[in-house]
Amino acid sequence: MNSQPVSVQTEGLTRRFGKFTAVDRVSITVNQGEIFGFLGANGAGKTTMIRMLCGLLKPSEGKGSVAGFDVYRQSEEIKKHIGYMSQKFSLYDDLTITENIEFYGGIYGLSREAIRHRREQLLEQTGLQDASRKMTRDLPLGFKQRLALGCALLHDPPVIFLDEPTSGVDPEARRSFWDLIYQTADNGKTVFVTTHFMDEAEYCHRVSIMRAGQLIALDTPGNLKKQYQQRSMQEVFVALVEAG
Amino acid sequence: MKTHLARIIAISKKELLHIIRDPRTLIIIVLMPVIQLIMFGYAMNLEIQRVDMAVIDHDRSRTAVDLQEAFRQNGFFNLFPYEGKLADAEALFLERRARVILMIPADFGKHLQREPLVPVQLLIDAADPNAAVNIQNYCNQVIRIFNERYGSALALPFEIESTIWFNPDMKSAYFFVPGILALLLVMISALLTSITIAREKEMGTMEQILVSPVRPYEIILGKVIPYAVLAFLDGALILFLGMVFFQVPFIGSALLLAALVLLFVITALSLGLLISTVTSTQQIAMMVALFATLLPTLLLSGFIFPIPSMPRILQLLSYVVPAKYFLVIVRGIMLKGNTLTQLLVPAGFLALLTAVLLAGAWKKFRVNLE
Repeated sequence: MNSQPVSVQTEGLTRRFGKFTAVDRVSITVNQGEIFGFLGANGAGKTTMIRMLCGLLKPSEGKGSVAGFDVYRQSEEIKKHIGYMSQKFSLYDDLTITENIEFYGGIYGLSREAIRHRREQLLEQTGLQDASRKMTRDLPLGFKQRLALGCALLHDPPVIFLDEPTSGVDPEARRSFWDLIYQTADNGKTVFVTTHFMDEAEYCHRVSIMRAGQLIALDTPGNLKKQYQQRSMQEVFVALVEAG
Repeated sequence: MKTHLARIIAISKKELLHIIRDPRTLIIIVLMPVIQLIMFGYAMNLEIQRVDMAVIDHDRSRTAVDLQEAFRQNGFFNLFPYEGKLADAEALFLERRARVILMIPADFGKHLQREPLVPVQLLIDAADPNAAVNIQNYCNQVIRIFNERYGSALALPFEIESTIWFNPDMKSAYFFVPGILALLLVMISALLTSITIAREKEMGTMEQILVSPVRPYEIILGKVIPYAVLAFLDGALILFLGMVFFQVPFIGSALLLAALVLLFVITALSLGLLISTVTSTQQIAMMVALFATLLPTLLLSGFIFPIPSMPRILQLLSYVVPAKYFLVIVRGIMLKGNTLTQLLVPAGFLALLTAVLLAGAWKKFRVNLE
């Protein structure tokens, strides 16, 4: 895996809000094609970290680059080269599936032909060909989730951030969604995923755990379990977070 | 440049779909102006007509009958005789059977021939002070005509003869059509814009747009353009209905009005954007927008209540209500045929207000997106 080019890299990345330090000197290196898990309790700093990497928030200190672009100076370039999907799935309920795809294609500046091409592809992948004129609000949650991921990938970004992408979805749909994540990574995309389902942490290539803004662990799930002598990531997480 | 435009169009197109799919927005945009015109035009008539007048005639002379006839001919009053005592007349007001009582004293006719001044008592129900003043004015008018006819012994050194310009029949349609125009433009531009942005924040879609390469100004323009166009069309609809159904005249330049309507729409849109930066849910956005735009436009702009008769503090407050200037402009152009030079002061104030609001909205919106 180390032979792969670096996709996301930070060095001592820090963000303060007044006196509060949300992210405290975090250094990570993520390679292309890697599924990188981001764990931590609420308020541990995951969201702030992701916002900085997405170009939404300027860091207070440290270095960082995403897809080869600097987080301080090239946030516009970063935005063109990343995809983002949040737990809210961020689709418009009162728009049809096609209209949602066209909108997201439009704000990424895709040409008409490109949008049409990607739309056909996406509808086929998600099995929604016959439902393209359906209102998004009538879709089952599992389909919405797949559609949201598809929209986030419309412009073919090398890096994609998934912020708790499986919350509220049933286990069956979660499993098939992870198949989709593996496919995406196999296509050479870097997947950055936050989750609070510990069984999902097992699926990641590498996992990082944050507590109070600091990175307290970073390794493969197997190594972490060995290091902390636990049987599952759930136990590793509990042991680490409660130790603080 | 091309991609910027494409992104703005993508956002505008989506916004238009929201509007078409949401019946509440459509009702506000299409039905609201019609309902308001009907409401103000027919139900909430500010002109007073057919005022019930009780007459206590203690004289019953020829002259007294003539006086009553003069009131009858005016067409404003609905006379009926009252046989009871003046002391009991209060019941007429309490039971709302009359709003004005005319008391003609005994020997009124006889005295009138000999004496220079003969008192006639007039009692007016002033529960509604504006109406009371109107009634008093009408009574004075009738009495003056009556006196002239009887060649009153008292020759007045001079007399004020007022002629009413620009709205000679004092029709309230002339008054409320510009008011409704201001109200609706504010509603659509400020209320709907702030709600649509709050909605994106609530649904989480704003975040999704922000991680895309779309620039803040593209979001603003994309969201605002459909509403600006709708506001414009709606304004034209109101003016059209007002001219056709209420015969409101339009003497001035339509082009000048269109330009200043655009300025006012930008003012209201800036206000809507500013509101959207301080609110995160549709509910709160609606509350704040109602409080910040609708109420001042209705109450402090001079739409219904004249500004000079307000308490000093409210008068000062009215300086920051954009509709105050807009109303002067619309009434000026439509009724008086004002030119831009004649409207420099209100247009200047409006432009200043717009610049401040726009700068504030722009700055806050950008910070808010960070």
